[in-house]
Amino acid sequence: MGQQVAFWILALLCVGAALAVVYVRDIFRVALFMVLCFLAVAGLYVTLNADFLAAAQILVYVGAIGVLIIFGIMLTRESKRGSPTGKLRPAAMLVAFLFMATMIAVIVGSEWYVASEPSSGATTTQIAQSIFDKDGFILAFEIAAALLLAAVIGAVVLTRDKKDK
Amino acid sequence: MSVGLEHYLVLAAILFSIGLYGALAKRNAIVILMCIEIMLNAVNIAMVAFAHYVNVIAGQVFTIFIMVVAAAEVAVGLALIITIFRNRKTVDAEKYDLMKW
Amino acid sequence: MPNAAIISIILLPICSFLIISLVLRPFFNHRPKLSAYTTITAIAGSLILSLWALASVSGAEHHVLTNVSYHWLSIGDTVIELGFTMDSLAAIMVVTVSTISLLVQIYSLGYMKGDGGYARYFAFMSLFTGSMLGLVMANNLLFLFLFWEGVGLCSYLLIGFWFHKPSAARAAMKAFFVTRLGDFGFLVAVIFLYAKTGTFNIGELHEAALAGTLGGTALTVAAIGIFSGACGKSGQFPLHTWLPDAMEGPTPVSALIHAATMVTAGVYLVARMFPVFASSDTAIMVVAAIGGFTAIFAASMGLVAHDVKRVLAYSTISQLGYMMLGLGAVGMGYASGHLDEHTAMSLGVAVAIFHLFTHAFFKALLFLGSGSASHATGTFDMMKMGGLRKAQPITYATFVIGSLSLAGIWPLAGFWSKEGILHEAYHYVPVLFWVAMITVFMTAFYMFRAVFLTFHGTYRGGEADNHGHSHGLHESPKVMIIPLIVLATLAVVAGWLPVGNFLGAHTHFSFFGVLSGWMAWVSILFGVAGIALAYLIYVRKWLSADSIRASLGPVHTTLIRKYFIDELYERFIVMRVLINGLFVILQWIDTHIVDGVVNGVAAVTIRTGGVIRRLETGQLQVYGLAIAIGILAIIACVFIFS
Repeated sequence: MGQQVAFWILALLCVGAALAVVYVRDIFRVALFMVLCFLAVAGLYVTLNADFLAAAQILVYVGAIGVLIIFGIMLTRESKRGSPTGKLRPAAMLVAFLFMATMIAVIVGSEWYVASEPSSGATTTQIAQSIFDKDGFILAFEIAAALLLAAVIGAVVLTRDKKDK
Repeated sequence: MSVGLEHYLVLAAILFSIGLYGALAKRNAIVILMCIEIMLNAVNIAMVAFAHYVNVIAGQVFTIFIMVVAAAEVAVGLALIITIFRNRKTVDAEKYDLMKW
Repeated sequence: MPNAAIISIILLPICSFLIISLVLRPFFNHRPKLSAYTTITAIAGSLILSLWALASVSGAEHHVLTNVSYHWLSIGDTVIELGFTMDSLAAIMVVTVSTISLLVQIYSLGYMKGDGGYARYFAFMSLFTGSMLGLVMANNLLFLFLFWEGVGLCSYLLIGFWFHKPSAARAAMKAFFVTRLGDFGFLVAVIFLYAKTGTFNIGELHEAALAGTLGGTALTVAAIGIFSGACGKSGQFPLHTWLPDAMEGPTPVSALIHAATMVTAGVYLVARMFPVFASSDTAIMVVAAIGGFTAIFAASMGLVAHDVKRVLAYSTISQLGYMMLGLGAVGMGYASGHLDEHTAMSLGVAVAIFHLFTHAFFKALLFLGSGSASHATGTFDMMKMGGLRKAQPITYATFVIGSLSLAGIWPLAGFWSKEGILHEAYHYVPVLFWVAMITVFMTAFYMFRAVFLTFHGTYRGGEADNHGHSHGLHESPKVMIIPLIVLATLAVVAGWLPVGNFLGAHTHFSFFGVLSGWMAWVSILFGVAGIALAYLIYVRKWLSADSIRASLGPVHTTLIRKYFIDELYERFIVMRVLINGLFVILQWIDTHIVDGVVNGVAAVTIRTGGVIRRLETGQLQVYGLAIAIGILAIIACVFIFS
């Protein structure tokens, strides 16, 4: 019961924030709405019994990505441009609507295999075991680490000042 | 009415479409980046929903990896946008048409 | 007589042409007489072989010495052959052609002396002689057409021999174009005949025509097509306009080509294809009508011409009309049933070719004589000549003999051949008989008008001859006179030869017996009347030529302007109808429709490209949109097809 109420509130919040991201003019407000969206998603994770992920979401998305984005906005200030829409707006709206319609149709029309009992209990241990145990996703873990390293180095290289070699 | 898997999936679909629309229709490059993040979040929601309702922890593991990739992607993407901004003094995606015919 | 010798008749002059053009002219141009000697030797050789052939033919079976065909090339089912025949008709023609050619070449030795293009002249003359000999010896129409074009080419080259003269160049083009019109009809007819009968061979075509397998409209169409080619070459109405202008060429050229040989190719062709013509009533009527009409039409224009060569040109056209008339008359006799097939076929050929034979000699004589006169006076305009009979007695005598022969006075050659034609015309097409008689009168008149104006009276020319001699006019050199004498002799005796009998008909009149008939006297009377009238006007001056001209003003203008036909052809048909009318339309079609299609295809391609190019905007979002649409499309396909 509580989960349902939480779901609906958080879902509405999430969708509303996402719509605001797309429709609001002022970029900074857009960034803040995006952060709100992330927070709502974190809440949804909680309702889905993904406690570790909720924390990770807030740490990574809100904390890192959100701040990065705000920094980016600050560094690329254009004179009163804001966030206008491009000329592909009607086509994009149509395509997005079709996408949504298709996916919803598929979702609603499909037989989903649902387990007899949904998951429960703390997930951190389960995740850790899933990654680091024998036959776990250890390789993916390592590759992800390498990816992060590459990304960081890449970002530094791209933006360094060419004057000091 | 009990909330089932479909509800979360439909929510994910809606979020994904909104993100898609924004990614295609907005002109500010940073906003496009933000919309891509929204899309990724939608996928995450779907993953976690599956993990919960099918009772398989792998869904959450996938989600962690998606988060990692999203973070890396935002970092590099922003670096790119800032570099371009330094050269072009604009973040208007419609102005990035060097590959035009 | 071996086939190789027969074929050498053609090969000798061709080899002469090759030697002159490839060896003598490039390397020995400083000794021009070599070209002349080569040509004369080659043609003398041809003449000897021709006489041998003539002798052999009379002893041969059916009067056919040989009829061989060599396979040349095959295209699919069509086989094209090189075929030669030596029968009586071919034998007569080769003798005529080589004799006249030889005499003309000897004459040219003197006439063309000092001309810069000496070697070129003899090269073309050799080529012409070779082509003409080939023409009369060919046994299939395609091969004949080859030589037909060859003589046409040489005619063009020789008319325009002095090509730096604009009038000569124009005359050569005119000759080529007008004969081309005829040749087009000829070629279409040849192909048409092939399509209908499957053969080019003349003998087989004869059989098809006589047997009736080729008949009706097809036969008439083919015959008229062949006749159009003959009209072009022989200068019959309406393709006669080129012959008077062709007199721009050197006089020996006119003598050989436009009097004795090339123009007779048309008559030869009709004679050779006579069974085809005679089997079609319409065609043979056309032949007779055009022949008769041309005879009187051309003679009328000769009455007023000033240039002596023009008079002779019109005379040639007129006499060729006579020959066509002869063929037509016999053919109509056959068509109306008065003659049986065997008689008619050889009779038609006999009368026409006999006249061709005698005409060749006296017409060549007249041309060469006029050349001799111009050699002394430097002009061909009769109004500037006069009184030459004292200065050039031999030229005068031979010229008079030629004129009498042309006028058909007994017992000279022209009388006998003309009698043959008149005899047939009277029996089968009486109206043409009287037309021919009037023409006899006119022929005698204009010929002796020319004689009296040129040789009698006092010399009206201002300057002396073109050698710059100050001591007056003199006779031409021996190398020019001897051919004149030879031809004059032939112009007398050629009529006494049994040519008609040789060609298979029983036409020969007895020497004195012919005078017992009324027809001979009537024709002689008309001839003498013409001579007398000319005498009265131009020698005795009882009637003034000027007053006649004044009183018949419009008639005179029409005649001297050649019935305005040249204007009709050039100003009206060519300029107005074709150039300003049809060709403008065709030009429009070409520019707008034909080019329009081609350019249009290109323009459409470019425009389509221009539109499609817009997909490549370089903007990421457009590409992203395209990807999204693609995914939707794939989903849709999966949905539909599963």
